[in-house]
Amino acid sequence: MEKRAFNPLWFLLLLPYIGLLWVPFYNFAQPEFLGFPFFYWYQLAWVPVTSVLTYIVLRSLGDDE
Amino acid sequence: MTNKLDVVAISVFVFFFALVTVMGFVAAKWRRPETLAHIDEWGLGGRQFGTWITWFLIGGDFYTAYTVIAVPALVYAVGAYGFFALPYTIIVYPFVFAVMPVLWKVAKKNNYVTAGDVVYGRYGSRTLEAAVAATGVLATMPYIALQLVGMAAVFKALGLTGEVPLVIAFVILATYTYSSGLRAPALIAFVKDIMIYIAVIAAVVVLPMKFGGYGPIFAAAGEELAKKAAASGGKIAAGLTLAPSQVFPYASLAIGSALAAFMYPHTLTGVFASSGAATIRKNAVLLPAYTLLLGLLALLGYMGLAAHLKLSSNNDVVPVLFQTFFPSWFVGFAFAAVAIGALVPAAVMSIGAANLFSRNFWKHYVHPEITPAGEAQVAKIASLAVKAGALLFIIFLPTQFALDLQLLGGLWILQTFPAVVFGLYTGWFRAPALLAGWATGFVMGSAIAISDGIKPLHALSFGDTHVTLYVGIIALAVNVAVAVIVNLVLIAFAPQGRMKAAE
Repeated sequence: MEKRAFNPLWFLLLLPYIGLLWVPFYNFAQPEFLGFPFFYWYQLAWVPVTSVLTYIVLRSLGDDE
Repeated sequence: MTNKLDVVAISVFVFFFALVTVMGFVAAKWRRPETLAHIDEWGLGGRQFGTWITWFLIGGDFYTAYTVIAVPALVYAVGAYGFFALPYTIIVYPFVFAVMPVLWKVAKKNNYVTAGDVVYGRYGSRTLEAAVAATGVLATMPYIALQLVGMAAVFKALGLTGEVPLVIAFVILATYTYSSGLRAPALIAFVKDIMIYIAVIAAVVVLPMKFGGYGPIFAAAGEELAKKAAASGGKIAAGLTLAPSQVFPYASLAIGSALAAFMYPHTLTGVFASSGAATIRKNAVLLPAYTLLLGLLALLGYMGLAAHLKLSSNNDVVPVLFQTFFPSWFVGFAFAAVAIGALVPAAVMSIGAANLFSRNFWKHYVHPEITPAGEAQVAKIASLAVKAGALLFIIFLPTQFALDLQLLGGLWILQTFPAVVFGLYTGWFRAPALLAGWATGFVMGSAIAISDGIKPLHALSFGDTHVTLYVGIIALAVNVAVAVIVNLVLIAFAPQGRMKAAE
């Protein structure tokens, strides 16, 4: 592959790993949201967040085919 | 409630099952190639699946029927810990986004069909290729068997007992996979995924209304879990959040499973069958929709606790919930979704394993001059053999044996990660080093797991600090460490060792 400048947006993809693998961030029940303890809605919220972060990186890549 | 024949439910079930059977055979004509007698066509659907087909295929293939049954069952049994599947199926996608397009490009450029091809092309080592291919086949067999466990759970709930329904379903599956190849599960995945979405969304909307919202469900489930933990005398840590002892197991299972997920032949087959790197990247953005579904599905375990279901096995929680709260026709629909949900992954798994056998064993060791049509024929027959093996496995051996092997399978497939992935980014590693790493990780990981009574977790002690981790991750760390050390030694003794140029 040809060399090209590293795109710093790739670092965004590390956020889900930090947010989800460091369990002390979310291993508690309060505050609740719609009846869901924090443990559950926090992790569920990472689904759309990860999707959006990935989309941002996708947009920045342009056409790399 | 259970084990009584419900004619309406069975009729709806049989209707959908018949529908996908017809689709499976018609699939041979879908996006018809000049010939299906080519391994690229039979085994990869012609490498032309666009964003949506890939989304349905990988979604249908990765989130299996067994997942639908087993994740809520684990949550029902132990609570928060069972949710590790959620972080696992989130963090897998940034990895897919970054790595799988690179792998796809290498495969497309060189006409590779399997992980074994990629490894041989990169390192020129038949031994390493065989190690990766054999690990793939070995890890996939029990996984197919588990799809049968998922299917058997709904057959049992429908009152269809004995092995006959399972055998019939599998013979049908084997026949259309044989004739249509990857096109069959790709087409059926549309129906399967839409049915699963409908069934799960109905459950997570309708059931909370019966309990007065999610708050009361969590409250009731928390009480039940506390009772379970108390009844076990502190042996089982069950609750709505993780016990301190479960934190490291939770995180290490999530990352270990995420790294292993796309090393399996069935997920790689889905990746290789897509039409391009951009297709895979878009899918990494879109596939988390299934993860949201899985997260909500897992909550059915808590609804089972809140409803105080009386179950003979944890795996019955989803079927019994549906039977308790939904009319017969919808029960038939939901059960058909689960059964069809078993067919799609089972088909792709058998195709992935068959491609490995045909490309990385038969071609090299039996018939080197084989044509692509011959490769396809060998793969077709191998796919039958793989499915027959899985069926015999489930009928004649205890289910627990399949579960144990599946667990070891995850550990095994994770050991192919360095050989498959590292070479995409660096030319530093040499085949003997990666082979030594793979062998050490495989043997040591299996030995640890077996000595612990085939448990996924192992307690490590560093002085006074005790940490419990997923065995697969421990074995992978050893694997990489051994590969690095052996490679340093090799370089020291033969600095000019010939390396194949990066492709």
